[in-house]
Amino acid sequence: MLFFIARRLAQSVLVMLTVAMIAFALFQYVGDPINNMVDQDTSLADRERLRQELGLNDPVPVQFWRFVKNAAHGDFGVSYRLRKPVSELIAERFPATMELSLISALLALGVGIPMGVYTALHRERLPSKLFMTLSLIGVSLPTFLIGIFLILFFGVQLRWLPTFGRGDVVHIGWWSTGLLTKTGLQSLIMPAITLAIFQMTLIVRLVRAEMLEVMRTDYIKFARARGLKTRAIHFGHALKNTLVPVITIIGLQVGSIIAFAIITESVFQWPGMGLLFVQAISEVDIPVMAAYLMLIALIFVVINLIVDILYFVIDPRLRVQS
Amino acid sequence: MPERNNTPLLDIRDLKVEFPSRRGVLVAAQGVNLSLQPGEILGVVGESGAGKSTIAYAIMGLIEPPGRMAQGEILLKGERIDGLPREKMRRIRGRRIGMIFQDPLTSLDPLQTVEAQLVETMRTHLPISEAEARARAVDLLDQVGIPNPAERVKNYPHQFSGGMRQRVVIALAISCEPEVLLADEPTTALDVSIQAQILELLKKLVREKGMGMIIITHDMGVIAEVTDRVAVMYRSRLVEEGPSDKILTRPDHPYSQSLIAAVPPPDRRIERFPLVEYIEKAGDESRKLDLATHWLGQARDFGQTDGPLLRIEDLTMRFMTKPSILPSRRRYMTAVDHVSLDIRDGEVFGLVGESGSGKSTVARLISGIYTPFAGRIHFAGEELTAFKSRREANRLRRQMQMIFQDPYSSLNPRMKVRDIVAEPIRFHKLASSGAEVRRIVDDLLDHVGLGASAALRYPHEFSGGQRQRISIARALATRPRFLICDEPTSALDVSIQAQILNLLKDLQEELGLTMLFISHDLPVIRQMCGRVGVMQHGKLLETAETEELFNNPQTDYTRHLLALMPRMKRAA
Repeated sequence: MLFFIARRLAQSVLVMLTVAMIAFALFQYVGDPINNMVDQDTSLADRERLRQELGLNDPVPVQFWRFVKNAAHGDFGVSYRLRKPVSELIAERFPATMELSLISALLALGVGIPMGVYTALHRERLPSKLFMTLSLIGVSLPTFLIGIFLILFFGVQLRWLPTFGRGDVVHIGWWSTGLLTKTGLQSLIMPAITLAIFQMTLIVRLVRAEMLEVMRTDYIKFARARGLKTRAIHFGHALKNTLVPVITIIGLQVGSIIAFAIITESVFQWPGMGLLFVQAISEVDIPVMAAYLMLIALIFVVINLIVDILYFVIDPRLRVQS
Repeated sequence: MPERNNTPLLDIRDLKVEFPSRRGVLVAAQGVNLSLQPGEILGVVGESGAGKSTIAYAIMGLIEPPGRMAQGEILLKGERIDGLPREKMRRIRGRRIGMIFQDPLTSLDPLQTVEAQLVETMRTHLPISEAEARARAVDLLDQVGIPNPAERVKNYPHQFSGGMRQRVVIALAISCEPEVLLADEPTTALDVSIQAQILELLKKLVREKGMGMIIITHDMGVIAEVTDRVAVMYRSRLVEEGPSDKILTRPDHPYSQSLIAAVPPPDRRIERFPLVEYIEKAGDESRKLDLATHWLGQARDFGQTDGPLLRIEDLTMRFMTKPSILPSRRRYMTAVDHVSLDIRDGEVFGLVGESGSGKSTVARLISGIYTPFAGRIHFAGEELTAFKSRREANRLRRQMQMIFQDPYSSLNPRMKVRDIVAEPIRFHKLASSGAEVRRIVDDLLDHVGLGASAALRYPHEFSGGQRQRISIARALATRPRFLICDEPTSALDVSIQAQILNLLKDLQEELGLTMLFISHDLPVIRQMCGRVGVMQHGKLLETAETEELFNNPQTDYTRHLLALMPRMKRAA
């Protein structure tokens, strides 16, 4: 087990280095950082001096090493656009994105898994059919459209919920939370639903398909033949076996909720990292883009590691035997 | 035989089970009348699709919807149990009627310990405490012959071997002391020696606990071994029922007669397998080719080879069981251990052994699926293992083809039969034009008894036996001189097995093929092979002429295998 985790960690480091290389390449190939930092009056000599000071004339491997070293310390330089350290910007926005993503993920799992189980066990019932049809719509509609519809209906027509921003936030240390105020919670509802809907429908379909598969296995038939109670069969045996393969996908989905909060954040003007990233792209703010890329990669790597460890906890077949 | 009292333990009257489908109603069982006494073992025998398992599922009230019991009554000690409310039926399942399934590898929940599954079952039905249930779980494992029960009970299913898992399944089925035990092909997935142990265990349990048991099987050997009475099923109907001795030796119904005749006799050699003629369309429909003039028969002058066609020297294969970065910490399992043998040109060489003995690994090493860890393979005087380039090895491998055990997974489901058979011809560029390839494929399909019309269909449209014919046609498509058959009939019914074995025999004679025939089934080996090698734990124990081996085995293990061979008393 320890050997396995050590190997996974080594692989993770490799993944992070690769992503770092891509992020680093941004600096080399997307625009000229000096141009972004100075205005038109700066003389060529000043530009050259700045270039030398920033180490941009050093050999590429040296620059890359410096980039990795700084990144490991959380230092991604200064934003071209906002003239503030990138780490500070990210730290400001990080809580907003995490709160939105985690609430969405909880919503997607909390509704998706039970609905998946229900639709698999009662395929013929009306709610199942209704839900499967609705979920098809959920999968096919683009996220921003759902967001815009929600804004139109609950925000503009009914005026129940705020249509943009995070509402009032409370600061606990460096973390800012919207979960403790009324406006904060109200503001969270629509973005969270918008972000959750796609993942939710995907999880429903995934759990349903896997559960149907498990219900056909011999050990479920044997459990029936032993006269076990239906509830014990469905939740004690079938659901647990269903979740083994589903966990991998769910892990990746949670990662993508965080990574792809961009669209939802844009639609609702949610002050998170996604919005920061979109603005950074339009202004070619490379340090922010690079930092965002690295952070998302890190989140995916960590989630995957957790999923791998969960496998060991759930599936006894993977635990090392002697 | 137990005495017949007034109310039988289990009584099935005029049972009819049907499965409505879009294309009409499929009747899985009809007009079935059976009864079971306490302490009695009743066998239900028949081929796949005959409706044997349907009876067991009907008794358990577990027929998969939309299937339903359309007619009849099922009585347990005189009480009707069919059509009971779901909850009442659930209380009977596991408590009063236990059931054992065919495949022990898939019957247990992989995520729970054996103890958890036993305790759950007992506490569902019996008013006992957690601690009592745990104590009984250990006791049950002991009863079904699992060594070290107190420790093993904490294990997960994957930590048990196939035979041990079937014992666990039996422990689960009898945990609440049911009155009736239904065993659906309980030993089909197991080796002969394990099969004998499991059957012995079931017999013992029935005797000790006074249960009644219905054992469902396609294997006449199992029937002969354990049953008191037999019912023969054919196409959803019971065609005959009576005491086992009588059915096995003097069956009345023509289907029972031909079914029993199709079982390869273990005690003598016959020229051809008797076909189950009662089954319609069992006869060979093939249009035989004149091989002297046909493409298939040509280019067979491979040149005379001195010595054996295939020579294996010190062949060794090992698989890594515990990977590690440090070579010293790696663990290996030696699957084939210094095996040396010769196969002469034109003979059929049998390789026999239980699962895990390494016989399939030998086949895969010869055909090049695995690369040997050590040792040499010579084919037609050239050393296959010495070839560095694939191209060179392919020249010789064309002459060598393989037929696999599972006809379901060895054919690409997305390819038409024509393309499946044509693939090797195209790969080895054995025909000049597309039209010629097509003609050859049609001829091949005719020759193996499928008919050229099969070419345009997909594998899933064929039965197991027909698929194995496709595999044979594909193997013949390279005009091979050496055929490796890895358990070619063990997934098939006995009547289909007879047809396929006859086909292989014919082809071997017509084309002068040399064959390596791998099987765990000694009677089949006896019919097919000229010489036999016996393998155990990766080692080749002995090699002998077939008749010599059967009459005068040299090693203890061979004698042990021969003793386990189910023997049926036959009418002279």
